[in-house]
Amino acid sequence: MSDYPETWRKPPMIANPLLRYGLALAILVYVVWAISMLPIDWARVSEGITRAQRIFSGAFPPSFERSGLLIKGFSESLKIAILATVGGVLLSIPIAFMAARNLAPMPIYLLGRAIIIVARSFHPVIVAIVFVKAVGFGPFAGVLTLIVYSIGFVAKMLAERIEEIDWGQVEAMRAAGAGYLATLYYAVFPQIMPRQIGLSIYQLDSNLRASAVVGIVGAGGIGSTLANAFGRYDYDFALAITMVIVGVILISEAISGQIRKRLW
Amino acid sequence: MLKISKLVKRYGNGDPVLKDLDLTVESESIVAIIGASGAGKSTLLRCINRLVEPTAGKIDLNGVDLTALRGAQLRHARRRIGMIFQGFNLVDRLTVMENVQSGRLGYIPLWRAVMRRYPKQDIRRAYELMERVGIAHYANKRADALSGGERQRVGVVRALMQEPEILLADEPTASLDPKTSEQIMELLRSLSREFSLPVLINIHNVAEAKTYADRIVGMRYGRIIFDAEPDALDAAAMDEIYAGTPAEERAEAGAAETLQAQTA
Amino acid sequence: MVDMESTPESWARYTPQQRLQRFLIYLFSIAAIVWALTSIDVIWAWVWDSPEQMGDLFGRMIPPDTTNLGTILWVLLETVNIATIATAVAVVVSLPVAYIAAQNTTPNIATLWLGRFILVSSRSVNTIIWALLFVAIFGPGIVAGILAIMFRSIGFIGKLLGEAIEEIDRRPVEALEATGASRMKVILYAIVPQVMPVFWSVSILRWDINLRESTVLGLVGAGGIGLILQGAIDTFNWQEAATVLLAILALVIIGEFVAMALRRRII
Repeated sequence: MSDYPETWRKPPMIANPLLRYGLALAILVYVVWAISMLPIDWARVSEGITRAQRIFSGAFPPSFERSGLLIKGFSESLKIAILATVGGVLLSIPIAFMAARNLAPMPIYLLGRAIIIVARSFHPVIVAIVFVKAVGFGPFAGVLTLIVYSIGFVAKMLAERIEEIDWGQVEAMRAAGAGYLATLYYAVFPQIMPRQIGLSIYQLDSNLRASAVVGIVGAGGIGSTLANAFGRYDYDFALAITMVIVGVILISEAISGQIRKRLW
Repeated sequence: MLKISKLVKRYGNGDPVLKDLDLTVESESIVAIIGASGAGKSTLLRCINRLVEPTAGKIDLNGVDLTALRGAQLRHARRRIGMIFQGFNLVDRLTVMENVQSGRLGYIPLWRAVMRRYPKQDIRRAYELMERVGIAHYANKRADALSGGERQRVGVVRALMQEPEILLADEPTASLDPKTSEQIMELLRSLSREFSLPVLINIHNVAEAKTYADRIVGMRYGRIIFDAEPDALDAAAMDEIYAGTPAEERAEAGAAETLQAQTA
Repeated sequence: MVDMESTPESWARYTPQQRLQRFLIYLFSIAAIVWALTSIDVIWAWVWDSPEQMGDLFGRMIPPDTTNLGTILWVLLETVNIATIATAVAVVVSLPVAYIAAQNTTPNIATLWLGRFILVSSRSVNTIIWALLFVAIFGPGIVAGILAIMFRSIGFIGKLLGEAIEEIDRRPVEALEATGASRMKVILYAIVPQVMPVFWSVSILRWDINLRESTVLGLVGAGGIGLILQGAIDTFNWQEAATVLLAILALVIIGEFVAMALRRRII
């Protein structure tokens, strides 16, 4: 009986003990250092509680008095989202073809990928402040921002879809003597169309969300209305706007989800 | 001793799945329960350890009425009932040792479970039992790295770790190939003798039931219609148990030869 | 032999009903675009002028000015810390939220709705809007930024984790219940191991996203690299702004590689 072991330890995830404890120590040191280096003004933070009370008492009940402004802001956001989706999707198609390894020659492929990486890496708010400075305040800057934002997502997904197409259909078209464009039109487009439509609807939804945000730095739409309300300490109006934004986002998410479910 | 009397189980308002069922199992015997799918075999087994809540009736295990228990009392009763499953029901991402020790979860304090610091005697017992069924060298392997037969052995050891007073096995060999399933049945029989355990096995394969069981119980539409030694199970009894079920299912159950014997 | 008389000479891809449906969708889409184009509040002269303006702007960014590179990199590190700390805290907080928001683990219907309410409100409010609120409460600075990212992340992680809990294999749970294990032990041994891979991949994914989000917090005063960018832009120091933008680009790309490497190691 007693020749069976009486102890058992779960095998550790990292077998090498030096590496294991070293890593644990490194994480601990990082956490301590990261927290200690944060320039936190505790006195200021402690005042936050009273300020939070003031803000929340100012915010309740939410005020829908200036609902005209609210509707105007939203319809502008919607316009920005529509135009940016159309522009972004149209531009995404050629960029996606450039960035598909199976269709594009090497230098063009690299250029296409570079465009996508740059478009994806910058948060729309950063893109927005640059555009606001370049073309002035207002919805036009918002449209340009969201076009860049759309390219980052739609072109990337579409390029991946193009890389997955069934190459046999392309060969069949070529064998039938079709030219480059005819091949694209008959053998490639039908394969990527369903994904493209799904992506466009998804992007419209996500542009609508993003347009609420880029407005905060002056790129038009409901975000600008919200930022103004905050700036003027109209917390009751700000709360009303936020509530409507949340509602609209939930509705648009549900609608776009339904449409995409039916498409796929 | 397990004594089931007047057991009724009804789902919703439908026809009862178990109808006034009586069954008594004395110690140290293998009882095979056979019957077509939907006869109520699985429900019967799950009523015993209350994974399924009985509608009416009494289940008495060594003097304790299981149907009356609540909360901690029920958990204490379940510790004494080992269960083996068709799909093994192991936690794939845990090691074999952790799976085996999970049979002791009802006994050990929470901190031991969290820290994986199992009591010495539990570890020794686990190695002993794993050695007995031939899986001790897998103690530190993840459960999903094992083959079907080995996984079922882990399931058996987990049940035995509970120091059960009875073993329930729900189609323990249905997911295994014929050779492995014979090994598992053989194992269950010898373990039953070794630990003087009553074992209740739901089984599809009548040939296996006849070979390994001490007693065969035939169920049909929620009632026991046959209860005798394996030798008493003749063509007429088989026909009664499986009457009206599709030929494929009978063939699967090993009833084909009896059917042929009858027509000849 | 094919009967030439009855062979159709015209072919259309869609039935008339399908064509009508497609026509209406096109009409609706075009109407929406026309509505947006004609009523949007832009000064078209500025639009036609914009390529020139953009060219001018990018021209002024060249060459990027690296005199403040040391400061920029230091603040960038601070930005990474904001993202990392906020993600770590959010991960911990989202665990109980996911637990009560999953149908199969939540104690009762009230906790289920509480969990869902937390997830929806956290997810539907953007990080920047959270940041606006926290800047108003705690004043400008890093605390507001960390809280903003945390609040947004809780919903994201909690939702995906809750879905993972709902999709687990029920059978090991049943087996452990049959051994007489308490609720807590069943969760630890049957649910936690199954959710672990999702937990790690969602945490890494969110960290990657948060890296991007933390670069813009400064634009509403909530700390990080955004503050320097805003400063450079406000003073029309486009050459420094270019350096900051390049630094952000590098950070995001490195972050993506790190996330990819972590994912491969852990899962």
